[in-house]
Amino acid sequence: MKILREIISPLAAVFLAFVVGAIIVLLIKDNPIETYRILLANSFGSVKDIGWTLFYATPLIFTGLAVAVAFRCGLFNIGAEGQLYVAAFATAWVGIKFGGTVVDNVNWSWMSLPAILLVPLCIITAIVAGGIWGAIPGILRAKFGSSEVINTIMLNFIGIALVSYFTQYHFKNPGPILETAPIGKAAFIPQLHEYFSFIPKDVPLNFAFVIAVLMCVLVYIFLWKTKWGYELRAVGQNASAAEYGGISPQKQIITAMTISGALAGMVAINEVLGFRHNYYDGFSAELGFLGIAVALLGRNHPLGVFIAAIFFAILMRGEIFVDAFTRYVSKDIGLILQAIAILFVACLQKYSKK
Amino acid sequence: MSEILSLALIFSAIRLATPLIFAALGGMFSERSGIINIALEGLMLAGAFTAAVATFELSNPYLGLLCGMAAGGAMASVYAIAVIKFEANQVVAGTAINFLMLGLPQLISGAVYDSSGSTPQIAKEFLLPEFFNRVSIASVLAFLLIPICWYIMYKTPFGLRLRAVGENPAAADAAGVKVIGLRYTAVIISGILAAAGGAYLSTGQSSLFTRGMTAGRGFIALAALILAKWKPVPVLLACLFFGFTEALTIPLANYRLASGETIPVQFVQIIPYVLTIIVLAGFIGLSRAPKALGIPYTKEK
Repeated sequence: MKILREIISPLAAVFLAFVVGAIIVLLIKDNPIETYRILLANSFGSVKDIGWTLFYATPLIFTGLAVAVAFRCGLFNIGAEGQLYVAAFATAWVGIKFGGTVVDNVNWSWMSLPAILLVPLCIITAIVAGGIWGAIPGILRAKFGSSEVINTIMLNFIGIALVSYFTQYHFKNPGPILETAPIGKAAFIPQLHEYFSFIPKDVPLNFAFVIAVLMCVLVYIFLWKTKWGYELRAVGQNASAAEYGGISPQKQIITAMTISGALAGMVAINEVLGFRHNYYDGFSAELGFLGIAVALLGRNHPLGVFIAAIFFAILMRGEIFVDAFTRYVSKDIGLILQAIAILFVACLQKYSKK
Repeated sequence: MSEILSLALIFSAIRLATPLIFAALGGMFSERSGIINIALEGLMLAGAFTAAVATFELSNPYLGLLCGMAAGGAMASVYAIAVIKFEANQVVAGTAINFLMLGLPQLISGAVYDSSGSTPQIAKEFLLPEFFNRVSIASVLAFLLIPICWYIMYKTPFGLRLRAVGENPAAADAAGVKVIGLRYTAVIISGILAAAGGAYLSTGQSSLFTRGMTAGRGFIALAALILAKWKPVPVLLACLFFGFTEALTIPLANYRLASGETIPVQFVQIIPYVLTIIVLAGFIGLSRAPKALGIPYTKEK
């Protein structure tokens, strides 16, 4: 019964979002049933479609988990966007500096590390860089009581501006696009089609997805099976009661924001090490903000986050085909459905608590 | 430096501050009543899109502005119902509104104008007029709004009640103030004002609506509001300061130091955000939010 109560409001929210979405499609004089058929059929109609959907889901799992961990401590991490940008740049920087990158006879690197050292080093960089950018608003909240909501929004702008500066002035790959040189080949993580021959070669689903699934399990164990997770959740439930029980809310706030930032930073594993193989300015189309929606729809539970990330990924994959194969409906329908689903799930929360 | 600090820069700062003033003043009403307004960004977009469409269709910028403001008010009432009636988390619902407004305008203009998401160009004579080719009528309105909002906030019963509701809704309720109704009014005012700021972007500063054209200005307005400690006159100063830093990036991009190097615009761009963090941490005077900010109010039975 408990599980049913947990999933009923997200399901109702998604259903209502599709109803409102259908009305909007009708208003612009198009066919909602055909639109939804195109939206869904192309998201898991074939192995290739499923592969793409899982690829889109990977960063959403990371940012969803990031927001969920902060939520469990009673905090709002609106800053996943900034955290993942900072982490992506830092990861690319390490991948270039230690990866022996040479482009057109220009040597960008200090040394060439072998893959066995470079890949872990890059992954640690992603985690640490994201963690630091997440820790800052945590410390500000713990020490000065200033709102992490506002500070994370501000740090988004600051982080994105700083990495854009470094890319533009110090690491720009020649050409019209604002991006860095590629990371060394040794920093690449494996594509899943290398192991599973049934996955088509053009599907960029990579090892980062495996890490994302692993993180769902680890976050679950951390939050519900360890003392640290218990303390973190206790602060989220009732900070003053937790303090009375000997738990320092300040410490938990900093811990939660650091972990949250680190999880957001892991988007870099998918983006930089697994997919684009460099830092590309403006790569994240609101992945950090979508994490808020994923966490909320997933009831801040790792399993829920996983399912919600898949759902959002279905929309992200399907909307491309809606754009091409309907008369009037553009790919914005995906974003609209997501927005309405969030709004409904937020409104229904009041009733599911009881 | 003299080629950077010019009269043109001042006018440019005023131009860029104008949408921020509208949005920040809007945010002030909402937040002073106890409702966080992360949705300012989306409300500005609602205003920008609707005003651009209405101005194009009706060939009248004032009707366009009114339609934009109405759209902002309508969108804000959706937000108000979510956070007041259903007690939805304000940050989450605000984020949802922002997402919605990133998608909906494109969908509509894509279908109606068969475009990739922008609205058709408005002819120059139908844009919001500028005095002496320098100062937009919207800027004048924004400056006039400051004393008006100050008067409403501090000299009228409405303002007094609004502030009471934001600080201690239970006490205000006991004194006979209609907490819920007041909060609805405040949020809808915030939508109308934020949308006016957005309308200026699409029918004054530029001549059409493009996807996500507010580019974070709603959040900057929120920062200005915090920096201004939720007070109208400091809101003006904060917005002008933010407008000034934004204006600086334009000449700075072409300016070269004696060594021939350029000054990275990013360092100028982040000044407002860094300052907001510093102020919020209490290093430069304490910025204290209304006490009941973000807490839904349920009447005791």
